[in-house]
Amino acid sequence: MKQKESLAVRLKKWPLLLPVVCLLLVMAVNIIHDAATGVNPFSFFMITVQHTTGNGNILYGRIIDILNRGSEAAILALGMTLVVSASAGTDISVGSVMSLSASMCCMLLAGFGVTSVSTDLKMPIFVGVLAGLAIGMLCGAFNGFLVAYLKIQPMVATLILYSAARAIGLLLCNNMIVYVRNDAYAFFGSFLGPIPTPIIITIICIVILSLVLKKTALEMYVQSVGINAKASRIAGLNSTVIIFLAYLLCGLFAGIAGIVSSSRITSADSNNIGLYMEMDAILAVALGGNSLGGGKFNLAGSVIGAYTIQAITTTLYALGVSTDQAPVFKAIIVILIVAIQAPPVKTWMKKRQSKRVEVKEAVA
Amino acid sequence: MAVMMTSLFLLSCGSNPSAKTGNLQETKAEEDLITVGFSQIGAESDWRLACTESVESAFTTENGFNLIFDDGQQKQENQLKAIREFIDMDVDYIILDPITEEGWDSALQEAKEAGIPVIIVDRQISVKDDSLYTAWVGADFRTEGDRAVGWLSTVLASQKGFINFVHIQGTTGATAQIGRTEALKDGIVNHNRWVLLAREDADFVQAKGREVMEDFLKRYGSRINVCYCENDNEAYGALQAISAAGYRAGQDIDQGEILVVSFDATRQGLRYTMDGSISMNMECNPLFGPKLTEVVKALNRGEAVNRITYMEEQQFVHDDALQSFRYDGNAYPLTTVTEDVLAGRKY
Repeated sequence: MKQKESLAVRLKKWPLLLPVVCLLLVMAVNIIHDAATGVNPFSFFMITVQHTTGNGNILYGRIIDILNRGSEAAILALGMTLVVSASAGTDISVGSVMSLSASMCCMLLAGFGVTSVSTDLKMPIFVGVLAGLAIGMLCGAFNGFLVAYLKIQPMVATLILYSAARAIGLLLCNNMIVYVRNDAYAFFGSFLGPIPTPIIITIICIVILSLVLKKTALEMYVQSVGINAKASRIAGLNSTVIIFLAYLLCGLFAGIAGIVSSSRITSADSNNIGLYMEMDAILAVALGGNSLGGGKFNLAGSVIGAYTIQAITTTLYALGVSTDQAPVFKAIIVILIVAIQAPPVKTWMKKRQSKRVEVKEAVA
Repeated sequence: MAVMMTSLFLLSCGSNPSAKTGNLQETKAEEDLITVGFSQIGAESDWRLACTESVESAFTTENGFNLIFDDGQQKQENQLKAIREFIDMDVDYIILDPITEEGWDSALQEAKEAGIPVIIVDRQISVKDDSLYTAWVGADFRTEGDRAVGWLSTVLASQKGFINFVHIQGTTGATAQIGRTEALKDGIVNHNRWVLLAREDADFVQAKGREVMEDFLKRYGSRINVCYCENDNEAYGALQAISAAGYRAGQDIDQGEILVVSFDATRQGLRYTMDGSISMNMECNPLFGPKLTEVVKALNRGEAVNRITYMEEQQFVHDDALQSFRYDGNAYPLTTVTEDVLAGRKY
């Protein structure tokens, strides 16, 4: 009896409780919808193996779709979490940086001014991909320099690349969509064995970042700088370098997300890649129960947040809501989720609970 | 925040040095030439480039024109600025390929007051006073859709049982979307055995086309017989989804293939038509130049011109089983895509 209670208490204290509950709620909607329409209520969760001519046997199902399509948002959310935590601000340039890194990569592979290549690439794919990641990091370094060294407000500093990065990408691509119709380049957006490659890339990013954060105490540094930069500096932490590092990593992750996005469509569609993705990344951090005011953060929360956003989108597709009306429903759901996690609501719920306990005790 | 962002954005655009428009002043209008100012949307695709090139090669000095070209770089502000510069330079005619439908009233009013006729090309505009422009030259998206439906009607006539459609729409509200969507809607109504399973907006973008088709396939799987895409980019995405889900795209729907119809007929799209994954590709012709010169010359002679001029467009198919099809009393020829056809395409 006592053990059971402590489990409940522990569950209540678990920081991921609300994000996970929200994600489950979104999925529950699917179960209800499927049951109501007479389909197997768990068809949403079913994962089957589908045989294809192009990719052999692959995993197939809505859950796989959510994990696959949510990859870019999840990768972006990793970097965004660090930026939010360390600098109490957001990097609004990530969507544009995605587009720039995709453009850089495709431009190098196709050659400047060429709109379509298939087999005769101008250089090896890894060179193009590395260049794409490098320009992502360069953008991150630029943002980090403005925020950490010049002490410019994050929103204003990243606004520069928010508007410029996409335009630079368009210049690199000579204002056109550059197609790289090459199977090797399509790899990052297709399948590794039966599993979609973006899912694997996301897992690798999460694992490496978590390891780095835990093994090097970077997590603690970032959090302490976020809670109080001055105090951390007095305690011997170089807060400037840590903030710079957060933006650098954020840029790198934006670069990775950009390459994945571009590989999915085997082209650099500068006008559309990463469009509004910065909003999803910031929202993912917030949905994950992280404070946008900086300080303590929970990486897992942000990742769950990213997949929650994708789950909402996929659910709306499944419900047959047309894409131009989807944002309205998305907004309503997001308002609910954020409201549940808002501090006043939390305090109110706590108060109610303590009252109930009081009543119980009085009765006893 | 949004307001701040937009205003900053506008500022950054406004402060752009007008390097592009610098050459406007240099060109001198000669007495016997007709001076035409052309404000283009931008250079975002091969299609757009072909459009620009067509206008430039039609309005040459040899043909009696002095063309002043301005690239709007995807921004309405730039196009409005170009119109005003054309007015200042007192050109004879203004040609406008408008990026949006709304917001042209005041600039075109100024042109009207300056006595410069405006010809709209490609996309349409919505202005309160229709006399603000003289003529419009462009594609008849409704007819494009009707012809695609007519072709489908011909090739599907021998099919027994119901035929299930999925419909991937373009950006809601775009002129091309409205025409092409209405055509399929009427097609479904007029054919008893055509069933529309689902319709979804994919913004004319490949990534969204893929997502939408993936979801259609999850919901309906092998029940899908025909996929009607409203442009080539959406079709690329749909084709990716079809092959990733283990289905085949092609015209043989008895064998479980999914018949894909697309619009635009860009070179890449026609490549897919040649290999059979897009069964029919309806052209959207960007070579406006010759038609525009006809309109301008007629206006210059003081003749009345048609308010609306439509472009001639072709139908492209994979095989040569059918040379033409009849629809609504008219016969339309079909062009089989070959390497030669591809080589002759400009976009």
